[in-house]
Amino acid sequence: MYHYLEHQKGSKTNEDPILYDNFMQRIENGDKIEANDWMPAEYRDTLIKLISMHGISEIMGALPEKEWVPKAPSLERKLAIMAKVQDEMGHGQLLLRVTEDLMKPYGRNRQHLMEDLLSGRLKFHNVFHMPTKTWADAGMVGWLVDGAAIISQTNMLDASYGPYQRALQRICKEEVFHAQHGESIIMALAEGTEDQRKILQDSLNRWWPSLLMFFGPASAETTGSSKQEITIKYNIRKSTNEELRQAFLDKYMPRVFSLGLTVPDETMHYDDVQEKWIYQQPDWNEFKLIIQNKGPRSKARLKVREIAYSNNSWVREALAVAGGDRP
Amino acid sequence: MDKRNEALIDLLYQCADDDLLVSFRGSEWLGLAPHIEADVAFSSITQNTMGHAVYFYRLLQELGEGDVDVLAHERPAVKRRNAVYLEKRNGDGQYDEDPYFDWALAVVRGYFYETYKRVKLISFTNSSYEPLATCAKRILPEQRYHLAYWEEWMKQLQQSSPTAKEKIRTRIEEAWSLSLDLVDFGQYEQTLLIEGYINDPNELKQQWLSELQSKVKDLPTRPLEQVKNGRNGEHTKDLDEALTTLSEVYRTDPVAQW
Ligand SMILES: [Fe+2]
Ligand SMILES: [Fe+2]
Repeated sequence: MYHYLEHQKGSKTNEDPILYDNFMQRIENGDKIEANDWMPAEYRDTLIKLISMHGISEIMGALPEKEWVPKAPSLERKLAIMAKVQDEMGHGQLLLRVTEDLMKPYGRNRQHLMEDLLSGRLKFHNVFHMPTKTWADAGMVGWLVDGAAIISQTNMLDASYGPYQRALQRICKEEVFHAQHGESIIMALAEGTEDQRKILQDSLNRWWPSLLMFFGPASAETTGSSKQEITIKYNIRKSTNEELRQAFLDKYMPRVFSLGLTVPDETMHYDDVQEKWIYQQPDWNEFKLIIQNKGPRSKARLKVREIAYSNNSWVREALAVAGGDRP
Repeated sequence: MDKRNEALIDLLYQCADDDLLVSFRGSEWLGLAPHIEADVAFSSITQNTMGHAVYFYRLLQELGEGDVDVLAHERPAVKRRNAVYLEKRNGDGQYDEDPYFDWALAVVRGYFYETYKRVKLISFTNSSYEPLATCAKRILPEQRYHLAYWEEWMKQLQQSSPTAKEKIRTRIEEAWSLSLDLVDFGQYEQTLLIEGYINDPNELKQQWLSELQSKVKDLPTRPLEQVKNGRNGEHTKDLDEALTTLSEVYRTDPVAQW
């Protein structure tokens, strides 16, 4: 759910044409591909890239909200946000396992993914590079970031790769609770004091460009590459980035307005003729910088991850020595 | 207020504040454990433990002490009754910037605390204060898993690499120097005992120590020590920092609905 169409070039396949045709036939029939089935390298590589980014984004995505876990303003909120962040770690775990199975032929595992993340080779989703400045941001992430994630993952609930599709089914169920959790924080602020409403509106203003960027650029021209949409060809996802963004706006703009909130874009409106939302494009150059780990909190969050990783290395070594099942 | 009531309230604060501080330190660890499985398990334990704090604060609320969130967020350090070892920082650095936390501390503290908590809760099941007995019976089934979890970590790390053994040994030494007040019941101990709210504290302490001795290698032979007695409201600056963090948002408007 935490990825966008990357408009990348399809690698020329040197696959056996008969195997390949059979495979494509299965895709077209709506069969589910399993981990040990034959699959073209392009399919495997696309899935590895997609699911590892999704999984690592869940884990990096735990950090912005985690910043507010010890500070949450009541015991009930502390418990709820802790459970939510724990779920995200669980999603990461589930997805990294799916990726590990796909990477097996390449002799790579979870440790490699973590190292790729720390070295900057493996990217995480743009929203998680942003700061969470107030408690309202903790609510905003749950409400609209998880809300966007639900839209984006619903788009893949029928993905051709069985293990991913099943993981998404489970994740999706939990995401619904996350969005409710976020909405509950937002509602309390919206119905609260003047200051509470103020931090809420301020939060939406700051998160707005990131939310538009969430689904990725509309067309290839934006990012300067023009390639075929591999994930659609292989029936991993259905809709385009822009279709998803429109679905997001369809669902959330009425809710934003009904809470008496505004978005920082005066051009934003629904065009009845074109039947779509008209909005001001976010700064896609900034987007490119953000996903290259040059966002406002990219370095700080990677540093936290890196410290946790290196600081605990003695534990992983100790467990390897002990040799038993890890607790 | 009569002395009986004062003693009872003090006891409930000890229980509530212990669980609050343990779960606060646990919440700082979220997302930072040595591997994801440990992260998820530790977080479940932390949530349960914070839930236990809520049970105890509710008993206090029923006794007229005030709303649970007021009790958890507003009381100054000098009113807190948690044992000092439990407020100790997780290691160096801040949880959101540079968390140089020590897993050996998490394991030793988790194991020491849950072992004692179990002994204490079992004794509470025959407390003359019915709501406390009921509360202990509610907590005990899930608390078994918390103890089992940390016990497994202790076992594994104590029989693995020299580094791990040494780190655990150092943290056990530290726990020994800090945790005497954990087994203390504070200034009202005599009243609590006479009223049958608690069992003999010395017996509990002996049960705890023999439980540790049966499971842990390298236990110090000297008596337990403490630097301060948290049961009397004596605390370290670690607690002040913890309270500042845990009430940061709450304090911006204590009467607002959050
Ligand atoms: Fe998630
Ligand atoms: Fe989520």
